[in-house]
Amino acid sequence: MNGRVIAILSLIALVICSFVSLDLKLFSFFEPDSFTSMVRFMSEFLHPDVQPAFLFKIAAASAETIAMSALSTLIAAFLGLLIAFKARGVRPLLNVLRAVPELVWASLLLIAVGLGPFAGTLALALHTSGVLGRLYLEAFENQDPGPAWALSASGASSTQIFFFASLPQALPQLVSYTLYRWENNIRAASALGVVGAGGLGQMLSFHLGLFQMNKAASVIAATLILVTVVDAFSDTIRRRLG
Amino acid sequence: MTSTRLADPSPALHDPASRGRFILGVMLFISIWEMGRLTEFDVNGLWGAVTDPAPRAFLLGFFPPAHSAEFLKLALLETWRTIAIASCGMFFAGLVGVPIALVLTRVLSLSALGNLENGSGWISERVRQFLRYVMIFLRSVPELIWALLLVRVVGLGPTAGVLAIAITYSGMLGKVYAEIFESVNREPTLALLNQGASRLQAFAFGLLPQCSDELISYTVYRWECAVRSSVVLGFVGAGGLGQQMDLSMKMFAGNEVCTLLILFVVLVAVADWTSQILRKVWG
Repeated sequence: MNGRVIAILSLIALVICSFVSLDLKLFSFFEPDSFTSMVRFMSEFLHPDVQPAFLFKIAAASAETIAMSALSTLIAAFLGLLIAFKARGVRPLLNVLRAVPELVWASLLLIAVGLGPFAGTLALALHTSGVLGRLYLEAFENQDPGPAWALSASGASSTQIFFFASLPQALPQLVSYTLYRWENNIRAASALGVVGAGGLGQMLSFHLGLFQMNKAASVIAATLILVTVVDAFSDTIRRRLG
Repeated sequence: MTSTRLADPSPALHDPASRGRFILGVMLFISIWEMGRLTEFDVNGLWGAVTDPAPRAFLLGFFPPAHSAEFLKLALLETWRTIAIASCGMFFAGLVGVPIALVLTRVLSLSALGNLENGSGWISERVRQFLRYVMIFLRSVPELIWALLLVRVVGLGPTAGVLAIAITYSGMLGKVYAEIFESVNREPTLALLNQGASRLQAFAFGLLPQCSDELISYTVYRWECAVRSSVVLGFVGAGGLGQQMDLSMKMFAGNEVCTLLILFVVLVAVADWTSQILRKVWG
């Protein structure tokens, strides 16, 4: 009981200190300047740009976003399997890959490989292989060792054991983890572009930079549709597998 | 008779699934190839990242990390601001999320009293449906995009970060709190309501005691996520560690980036550790 009181008091103290130290301008919304600009934003926002030429551009950027997320998830799944199969000693490396968010990887890689979807794909692949590597390792560690022992007792090599005992047993779980990460990655891929790593995000930050709110609204709507569709799609696959 | 059979390709060697597998393989290859083209995949570019002078200088600059007293002071201040942005954002998210979760909770509905099976009144059901859609919208737009929009409205700085976290997380908290409220045993709450307790009384004495542990544990977990995402929000100008990291990267100051990355990893580890302790306190 005492521990709870201390915890609650320190949480309250944390929130109060945060508010005191941050110098928030929460009421700047209601200053005449930003109020008029917000009203203008909103009115433009409610009239999204739906010209065919612009919609075509959005479709191209959406395809780029899908490709970024899918390809990076595939690469990460491959690396994750490799790690789970051969390199179990790399756990600390996995933690580093996982701890650094996609966006930070992306801005580091932008310096290395330049602007564009390639940097975004690599960033997603690095972060995701950290996550998937750990999930895969755990899936293999928690599975029933019986089949692997049986094969090992009949003289199978470690490669044979992996492909005929460990992998088939863990496969449904691995697929479900991978699909879950793909859902995550499509969200991340549509946001990564904000730092210049391609896809819908890059388009959004470009049009927001020019204060073209109607175009930005269409891009955000496209992002929402894309995320919803992918969620529904991978949900269906998972239910069929599960 | 037997000789003609032997002349046929042996049925044992003929795999009926081979055609499907072949087509699937070709389709997979083409789609991976196409994705590689769309993402401008370039292995040579990857090699260039290590050999070109500018990126190499940047990477070599990582060691030793920047450690002048002045920079460390600045970096620590930004780390605190990151925590503060996350905490303020969570506070506002709770302020919005809790009332919405209460409205969404069908157990507390007076019009549903006595006929839970038939559902509550038509209007209140529509209001709930509408609120559910609002919640979905709030949390479906990534917080980075909210921040990007808000930076244009309220200007650069922590205000945009706090509001972005508040918006996204109120959507999540509202939904999950409502699910937690719905998942507990209804009888105590219904008994209180039937005895003439007000809805807030029924909530505070019937519903809340059953699920306070779960609520706190989830909130602390979300706070940990908010700390992570407030770092990322800094990259669009919403203040904190991320903004400083963005600045250092744009100046190609590898040593500063290295220090900030180390601080970030430590911060995430500390947030993780704190939330584990808090969750253990509420066991």
